[in-house]
Amino acid sequence: MTRRIVVLSAGVSTPSSTRLLADRLAAATGDALVRRGEQSEVEVLELRDHARDLADHLVTGFPNEALRPVLESVAGADAVIAVTPIFSASYSGLFKTFVDVLDRDALTGVPVLVAATGGTGRHSLALEHAMRPLFAYLRAAVVPTAVFAAPEDWGASEAAGSLQSRVERAADELAGAVAARPLRVRADEFADVPDFTALLKG
Amino acid sequence: MQFGVFTVSDVTTDPTTGRTPTEAQRIKDAVAIARKAEEVGLDVFAIGEHHNPPFFSSSPTTTLGYIAGVTETLQLSTSTTLITTNDPVKIAEDFAMLQHLADGRVDLMLGRGNTGPVYPWFGQDLRNGIPLAIENYALLRKLWDTEVVDWEGRFRTPLQGFTSTPRPLDGVAPFVWHGSIRSPEIAEQAAYYGDGFFHNHIFWPATHTKRMVEFYRKRWEHHGHGPAERAIVGLGGQVFMRPNSQDAVREFRPYFDNAPVYGHGPSLEDFSRETPLTVGSPQQVIERTLGFREYVGDYQRQLFLIDHAGLPLKTVLEQLDILGEEVVPVLRKEFAALRPAGVPDAPTHASRVAARSTGQQHTDQQHTGEHTEREVA
Repeated sequence: MTRRIVVLSAGVSTPSSTRLLADRLAAATGDALVRRGEQSEVEVLELRDHARDLADHLVTGFPNEALRPVLESVAGADAVIAVTPIFSASYSGLFKTFVDVLDRDALTGVPVLVAATGGTGRHSLALEHAMRPLFAYLRAAVVPTAVFAAPEDWGASEAAGSLQSRVERAADELAGAVAARPLRVRADEFADVPDFTALLKG
Repeated sequence: MQFGVFTVSDVTTDPTTGRTPTEAQRIKDAVAIARKAEEVGLDVFAIGEHHNPPFFSSSPTTTLGYIAGVTETLQLSTSTTLITTNDPVKIAEDFAMLQHLADGRVDLMLGRGNTGPVYPWFGQDLRNGIPLAIENYALLRKLWDTEVVDWEGRFRTPLQGFTSTPRPLDGVAPFVWHGSIRSPEIAEQAAYYGDGFFHNHIFWPATHTKRMVEFYRKRWEHHGHGPAERAIVGLGGQVFMRPNSQDAVREFRPYFDNAPVYGHGPSLEDFSRETPLTVGSPQQVIERTLGFREYVGDYQRQLFLIDHAGLPLKTVLEQLDILGEEVVPVLRKEFAALRPAGVPDAPTHASRVAARSTGQQHTDQQHTGEHTEREVA
């Protein structure tokens, strides 16, 4: 069976180091799943492409036709890799807006890897004080290793504790969590409505 | 098929002039719009209920009672009446009063409301929205359908030996529509009672409206009211027309761009594609409205929003002229030609009285159990 890995990349420049990190995490997760005998397919969602769609959703209360399949994709994912730049000590506004318009049960129980990029390594704990609680609120299963890439990481040697070793450790944790779960089946909101006689009883 | 207008009752600054109407002016405007709706041959006028500025309509039955006195044929309705925070006893009384004064030209649409603080202002808890809608409506039905009511529930003080007065006109309660945009539970409620279901789809994509209406129709059949295609469906719509479509777009755009609900978000063109909003020529409105039938089936009531976002009264009355002269007559003809035999019209007081007197048990009696005896005038 093929696992669907959805990658959220909230970088705003092109090329983006956020996307670079996202691609490394996605590739490493795919490899780690193969080692566990699991097939996977990766869908990368560039949130910048939906910046206006997200603003429209904020004011209209519904996703337009460009955003709808994106939200459905996240709600049907077997795992999510969420990567944001750190702006003003936290995830970016674009990233948070995307999370704000997700259905509240879209990520319940879903394995999630959180990662971030920033202008300096001093922002790295934003992953722990902002990203991890955000996904805890969504009742996602966030893997223990969160990956932060500071500018100097892109030029560091491949020693223990290097960016690539952190990427592989996090990807391995995510693959393990995915492999331990059944394939995700999307619930139909209309299938769960109780018969009115049950509703009447309160 | 019934055609009409519904108003949100917002008091909004006209973005093209900077002028803000007074509440007094907007209230009188609502009456003028209702009178004009009848004059141009529309069937229904419905008004919302709100309990906070910038809306004026806190007391729909007062407004509708006055309109009843200055009209002859217009069906009076609400969009919506808050079933969650109003006392069902007061709803039963107010609408029965209105029924008598309006000679039966009354129905109502129930909704849960979309303003969070209204719940605490009226002593309720927002988290009980669905349970309140279910219990309060069960009581409302009982108050109308049973003369002497003993009742105890979770949200309201119990009733012993209570009779809601006046009794419904001719012993037949007003027809009830249930409005909900997102909650399948409310579609289920409408289906259970054999009531109407109204989807105000002016702010939502057609795909969503289609699923909600399909669900309601399926459940209507499940609950034994007849084939799904005979369920009673109403839709919202939002239009702005000029003979030349470019003129309509040019004139409406500032109102759209600054509208309280969706303003400062999507472009008029995007929103027109995503929702039923149609800004253009009367012919474009005719084609778009006929298209609704393709995804909800043959339906019974079409209401248009035409007076919000600061549009001046003069413009609104012009819109009514266009609806009455050029749009609705064509829609009546076209919808009628497409409609298969057996699809009913929207229930009216006369049709409900007739249905009862021919001995045909009306669907809303099916679930009242032992309390089916009725006061017949």
